[in-house]
Amino acid sequence: MSRVHADDASRLAAGGFRRRFGRLTGYWLALPGGLWLAIFFVVPMIYLLSLSLMTGDFIHGFTQTFHFATYGHTISLYHDQFIRSIMYAVIVTVLTIVLAYPMAYWIAMRGGRNKSSYLLIILLPFFVSFVIRTLQWQFILADNGFVLGTLKNLHLVGSGFHLLATPVAVICGLTYNYLPFMVLPLYVSIERLDSRLMEAANDLYASKFQALLRVVFPLTVPGIFAGVLMTFVPVASDFVNAQLLGGAKTTMIGNVIYTLYLTNNDYAGASALSFTLMGVLLIGIFVYARALGTKDVMEAAAL
Amino acid sequence: MTPADPPYPRDPSILRGSMQRRYSRRDMLRAAGLLAGTGLLAGCGVAGARAKAAPSDYWSHQKPTKYLDWAQWPLYIDTATVKGKTVHPSLQEFTKETGIQVNYQEVIQDMDSFVGSIRPVLASHQSTGYDLMVLTNGIYLTQMTELNYVIPLDHAMIPNFFRYADATAKNPTFDPGNKFTVPWQSGMTGIAYNPKYVKRPITSFDDLFDPAFKGKVGMMADNQDLPNLALVGIGVDPAKSTEADWRRAAKRLTQQRDEGLVRAYYQQDYIAPLSKGDLWITMAWSGDIFQANASTPGLDLKFVVPEQGAVVWTDNLCIPLYSQNPVSAMKLMNFVYDPKIAAMIAEYVNYFTPVPGAKKYILDDAKAATAKADRTSLEQIADSPLVFPTKAMESKLYRYATLTPEEVPVWNLIFEPVYES
Amino acid sequence: MTTTMSKANSAADERYRRPKRRWTYYILPVYTWAVLLYLCLPIFVMILFGFNNTKGRYNISFQGFTLKWYRELFSIGGLTDALVNSITIAIIVTIVSVAIGGALGLALGRYRFRGKGPLSLVVFAQIATPELVLGTSLLSLFLTLNIPRGYVTILLAHIMFCIPFVAVTVQARVAGLDSSLKEAALDLGATPMVAFRKVTLPMIMPGIMAGALLSFALSIDDFVTTSFNAGQTVTFPLWVYGASRLGIPAQVNVMGTLIFVFGLALAAYSVIAGRRKKA
Repeated sequence: MSRVHADDASRLAAGGFRRRFGRLTGYWLALPGGLWLAIFFVVPMIYLLSLSLMTGDFIHGFTQTFHFATYGHTISLYHDQFIRSIMYAVIVTVLTIVLAYPMAYWIAMRGGRNKSSYLLIILLPFFVSFVIRTLQWQFILADNGFVLGTLKNLHLVGSGFHLLATPVAVICGLTYNYLPFMVLPLYVSIERLDSRLMEAANDLYASKFQALLRVVFPLTVPGIFAGVLMTFVPVASDFVNAQLLGGAKTTMIGNVIYTLYLTNNDYAGASALSFTLMGVLLIGIFVYARALGTKDVMEAAAL
Repeated sequence: MTPADPPYPRDPSILRGSMQRRYSRRDMLRAAGLLAGTGLLAGCGVAGARAKAAPSDYWSHQKPTKYLDWAQWPLYIDTATVKGKTVHPSLQEFTKETGIQVNYQEVIQDMDSFVGSIRPVLASHQSTGYDLMVLTNGIYLTQMTELNYVIPLDHAMIPNFFRYADATAKNPTFDPGNKFTVPWQSGMTGIAYNPKYVKRPITSFDDLFDPAFKGKVGMMADNQDLPNLALVGIGVDPAKSTEADWRRAAKRLTQQRDEGLVRAYYQQDYIAPLSKGDLWITMAWSGDIFQANASTPGLDLKFVVPEQGAVVWTDNLCIPLYSQNPVSAMKLMNFVYDPKIAAMIAEYVNYFTPVPGAKKYILDDAKAATAKADRTSLEQIADSPLVFPTKAMESKLYRYATLTPEEVPVWNLIFEPVYES
Repeated sequence: MTTTMSKANSAADERYRRPKRRWTYYILPVYTWAVLLYLCLPIFVMILFGFNNTKGRYNISFQGFTLKWYRELFSIGGLTDALVNSITIAIIVTIVSVAIGGALGLALGRYRFRGKGPLSLVVFAQIATPELVLGTSLLSLFLTLNIPRGYVTILLAHIMFCIPFVAVTVQARVAGLDSSLKEAALDLGATPMVAFRKVTLPMIMPGIMAGALLSFALSIDDFVTTSFNAGQTVTFPLWVYGASRLGIPAQVNVMGTLIFVFGLALAAYSVIAGRRKKA
């Protein structure tokens, strides 16, 4: 008898606990992650803003003076690098779309049973460190490496010709590194297309090209949007490619920020540039979303 | 950022998930409000960096240890290959004599970024992990001593320095009384080229501006060597230069860059591209070229002191604040001033040695050398004006411009845009 | 998911497999393979030059086959320490961010609570923020509070940028689940803990695994955020980047190759395991 009572009691207790806990479960689960992101993502953003408005130098320390002029000053000093970064990002994004679209289309439409194998190959580079991958390009493109060296021996290019240390090398490196980020979302959006649409277009005497342009392309705009988000933003703030593959006059804003923080210890100027960069990219995303005619950024991004 | 580096193949749910949520404007506003609210937190600052001077009885508290972490520039000590491993014979001698293990690290590429990386560490009262480092005279060394980031030396522990060092090594203008430093080696900034690609003699600073070398010219990315050599190149003694001279030099350099002559601005990493043929001609440090040739079979790079002159600098041994093994560092400083050891190093690095007595040991080694090639090369080193400078050489050498703290930002603002472009 | 082809799709395939094939049919496949080759070229180069019998400082041209770099893999002290740092950091980061991020993903995907909207916005914003800014903003925090940079700050940073990725992966998984299963378990008298362990956890496990792999990969390869917050601690990518100025020793190629093979094996295993489950 007494056992049954104890059992009931414990079940009742569990029920009460369940109800109370149940209501709070969401909070408990979200708390550690939310706190972590608050402390190490949201709060640092505020410190970044705060630091960018300080004045001083490394030796005497920085004090909060709400000195907005730092923004104007650093931007006027480094506007070349800023514009160059944005330009490189635009070029690279367009290049990745052009390179990725036919490939994503073919894999999604005609990959057949091997779709996942193709995707795995696209992901292979990610098993090699980003820095090492970029360094291999430094090596492949070397002035007397096996590509240019061979071309030079065949007298197809002059002996002074070089790719490394030019904008071309930097753009190639960036395109290489971010191409998979364009292929994947494009693939997903094309794969989700109902291929009967194509057939319908064909039945209505649309040429293959017309069908592609009028039917497939508009329907994959969300995929392009996601791909652009995943390439444009990181490319614009990259500094590794410019450092390893670039030369004079290929410095990007990321390199400047890196130098200002870690070499010159000019924290105020570096923070101002970081904050500006983030602002410009965010505004860019919103303008871009508007241009696509969507009311809400996320709506377009929802695949 | 590297967004969804998706290592998990075939799972676009990552993409989908990250893009899926929809946010209303109200959410955005709420988040913005949160941001603004926490803005109150931000009323602080970043503390100044100056440290307290080391107490006068610092050395009486230090105990000997059996370990030494040494931050050094690449290509800057005697090196041999034993059973496929790179060893440094002089350091092996040191370990044999004192029992101290040396962790020799080639981590310094240029002063700007090395000092830039250790300054914040010292400012937050952490050890840099180094006990001994090699800093070039100039803006940064001055700053490090003024911040009390280097420990004053215990002169009682370096008798060899006072006995054997050259007069020029003692009491230098940048460190009166050798309070913080003793010289490691001195050297020149001049021009190097790869004769495999450059088929004519290089004699002048102006050769760096020859359109025939378009895109194959290397310059240095720093605010010491680049500006000072450019000043010498336009016929100005940096020590007597004015702001107008600086602008003139910077203009020349900017022109060189904008005409596409300069491939890139380098730290000490110009050696690899020069060896590979990516660079044909470049600003260079005297001893680097000798060591690069010695360590790479078949390489034959040339170093030239331009007719306009070269820049001379001194690299100095010093002990960073919060060093864990300062006594070991002092012992090493004393050890390398032993002329026999100084000779071992000079034979290999081919920079100006601060120990004139080393010459005798180099000549002794030459006599003892069995192979004829070794003998001639050692004799050449003993006679080389690159190791033991002659009067004629000294007349062509210029020291860095000395800048007042007010002049430093002006100088930086003129020259930084040249290489940070 | 993507492996399961829709019927319509295979119908389309059928149509394309009709016998008369013009040369234009081959443009796209050839093109695709060319791009795939381009994506893999640096990997081949890396593997090849791990076998290069170099003399001197620079690994420039191929001078003969050797296995000596595999034998002398750990002969560079600094490099080995850096690799050990990278691996231990990645393991700790994976465990912590899977626990915290998984819980967050579950909360976002399954539960209603106040502040959910702003929280998801923060998660999305974090993913959309350039890594450079993540790194510099954290450095600003550490500088202002005078927190020394080192191993611990690398951990904090890595966990920070891994949490959202784990969260969205798990969230996407949870969103597709039938919550009535868990309710049934609860109705049948299971305690919430038991219901979680026996019902919810197995269902979200694929999401958790994907999140774990993602965290490990992001952490072990991270360069940008780490370079701002590492202080004097060196990780594998930082070491390689630093050494790149002097010429990379062949051991780096070997370590790169081994990491590549390990990652590949892991991915292959997950593909095969996935197939077996479906069968």
